[in-house]
Amino acid sequence: MEDKITVKNLSKIFGNNPGKALEELRKGKSKDDILGEMNHKVGVHEVSFSVRKSEIFVLMGLSGSGKSTLLRLINRLHEPSGGEIIIDGTDLTKLNKKQLREFRRKHFCGMVFQNFAILPHLTVQENVEFGLELQSVDKETRAAKALEVIKMVGLEGNENSYPAELSGGMQQRVGLARGLAVDADILLMDEAFSALDPIIRRQMQDELLEIQDRMQKTIIFVTHDLDEAFRLGNRIAIMKDGKIVQVGSAEDIISKPADDYVKAFVEDMDRSAILTAASVMHPPEDTAFIGDGPRTILRKIRKKGLTGILITNTRKELKGYVRAVELADYINQHKDSENIPMDEKLIHETAATDQNTPLSDIINLYTEHEYGPIAVTGDDNKLKGVIVKGAVIAALSESYSHPENGKSLDKNL
Amino acid sequence: MFSYRIPLRQWITTVVEYLERELGPAFDGFSAFVYFLVDNLKEGMLFLPPIVLILLIAALTWYMAGWKNSIVAFLGLLLSENIGLWEAFVETLALVLSAEILVVTVGLPLGIWSARSDRFNSILRPILDFMQTMPAFVYLIPAVMFFGLGLVPGVVATFVFALPPLIRLTNLGIRQVPIELVEAADAFGATEMQKLLKVQIPVARPTILAGVNQSIMLGLSMVVIAAMIGAGGLGEDVLRGIQRLQVGQGFEAGLVVVILAIILDRITAGLGVRKNAAK
Ligand SMILES: Nc1ncnc2c1ncn2[C@@H]1O[C@H](COP(=O)(O)OP(=O)(O)OP(=O)(O)O)[C@@H](O)[C@H]1O
Ligand SMILES: [Mg+2]
Repeated sequence: MEDKITVKNLSKIFGNNPGKALEELRKGKSKDDILGEMNHKVGVHEVSFSVRKSEIFVLMGLSGSGKSTLLRLINRLHEPSGGEIIIDGTDLTKLNKKQLREFRRKHFCGMVFQNFAILPHLTVQENVEFGLELQSVDKETRAAKALEVIKMVGLEGNENSYPAELSGGMQQRVGLARGLAVDADILLMDEAFSALDPIIRRQMQDELLEIQDRMQKTIIFVTHDLDEAFRLGNRIAIMKDGKIVQVGSAEDIISKPADDYVKAFVEDMDRSAILTAASVMHPPEDTAFIGDGPRTILRKIRKKGLTGILITNTRKELKGYVRAVELADYINQHKDSENIPMDEKLIHETAATDQNTPLSDIINLYTEHEYGPIAVTGDDNKLKGVIVKGAVIAALSESYSHPENGKSLDKNL
Repeated sequence: MFSYRIPLRQWITTVVEYLERELGPAFDGFSAFVYFLVDNLKEGMLFLPPIVLILLIAALTWYMAGWKNSIVAFLGLLLSENIGLWEAFVETLALVLSAEILVVTVGLPLGIWSARSDRFNSILRPILDFMQTMPAFVYLIPAVMFFGLGLVPGVVATFVFALPPLIRLTNLGIRQVPIELVEAADAFGATEMQKLLKVQIPVARPTILAGVNQSIMLGLSMVVIAAMIGAGGLGEDVLRGIQRLQVGQGFEAGLVVVILAIILDRITAGLGVRKNAAK
């Protein structure tokens, strides 16, 4: 897919002489040295990644890992100390003040701030209209748009309230509405849901996913909530000490954590909701064709040391499951004949699911069907893979197999 | 101690004379403008029958500061009229208001400028410090030098004297606007002007208005002193009371100054609060 934003070696160092500090870092000095000797704080250090068009890209990490700093670098609220930010082919770091302003108006005036940053002297409606007003959109259009997003975030009825009269969660939604009101193709959201209670938070997440579906914006979303990250993010970047340690889909991160830090991070995660059939299935090697005949099938089962096998036709369409015990009985009953046909009764209906089913649902399939593994099929009923019970359990328990990591990280947190 | 006396006076006289010669027309123009301002304000207010103006002021006080303050204002104004100090009252009010108009026109831009430029701020700050340590009546001297005696130097001295707090508080107010609000404006692509008009000034408004309040109160105290250079108004009555040892007359005029001070204070203090409270 097309890249919307490409960031190369982007750094932000807080201090009077960031260039020098960056050089020292390159020479191998540590961040603590830089802080101790030069009194410069490293916010983000030589980070590179791309965000694809119309995806939700989540930045995640512990407090102080540099998420907000990185987000603010992307629209140059923070002046980069080094590196490039390329959006739709334009290098943002090369723009002058005026060009930057135009660029922000066109591409990403949608920004939602961690600390809300709504204007105390304006009503909810006026706050939401703020971005449009700056662009001199006429009054009616502005009001109509504002009302639409105010409804979207569930603030209708509060249009004329002042921020001081609203709860924290409501203020956050004003900031959210303000970011959504403008027609920007990039939306930068910094912990946009952090002050909301769980139910509204969930609603807002759904709302965001729906907006994303409908409007195809490119969204960079900062959060330190793992569930939120996995729920929203097409891809997730995990940050630590101003660096990105891993970028990938939720599944990548859970099933192949890049290091112990990431592993510890995802440990508390409800893995069964994130991991899908695709991540635990085996390739469909251990299957038999329906035309093979009972004896060949039984031999295959025995050779592999199984208790049964999935049966497909030659087009790899799933037919069902055959148990070794029953098959052996059947062959015994007909031991005189050379060529016995396969009896339909031997083929049991089997649990089938598609690749994207989360493990939590797959566990239910086990309880519904007595025998056999779970077949993973595509839309065309073709067999894509096989899930055996052991694989699911192993995947779910992986997180508990490294208790020592969990402890050491707890101390650091 | 030394036989040589540094010719400071001569230097200053030379400078002033030079300025008068070179900038004469500008001074004359400014002088005419200030006179026009004060005179029109005063004549305008005196044109109304006292009771009408009294009711107008009382109504304004009510609107800005509630009915209790309004009653105080109403009774105070009636008293002022009753003891024959109405014209002096109006004159003083006109002086204060004209000076404040100048203060706001000059002070607001300077305050904004110093909030936006650290360098300008670092130049202006010691000047303001110096201005505020000078005794009030010292301001009369340059005013007299450039504008002679009368209304105009009175307004000019008042203006200069009352200027620092507005500049300071405007500067402070804008600098105190939370950085994230300015960043929000930036993120949404605001121009410098939009940032100033839609974010910084409105958010700094209460502080700026506190500056207006302070400068008005300082202005009032100066206007009374300016009677020494013939600015007229209530100060003249106070001064006459002192010079002739007429305790009663001096006291009366002083009381009316206090009444004016209370009214001005209540009205302008209400400015900062009202907008947010009423909504
Ligand atoms: N304006 C600043 N001046 C100096 N240091 C800063 C500044 N902003 C951020 N930092 C430092 O940069 C680092 C990263 O901060 P940042 O705000 O990006 O963290 P974060 O990941 O967003 O944390 P949180 O989850 O708490 O919001 C921190 O060590 C912080 O102290
Ligand atoms: Mg942050």
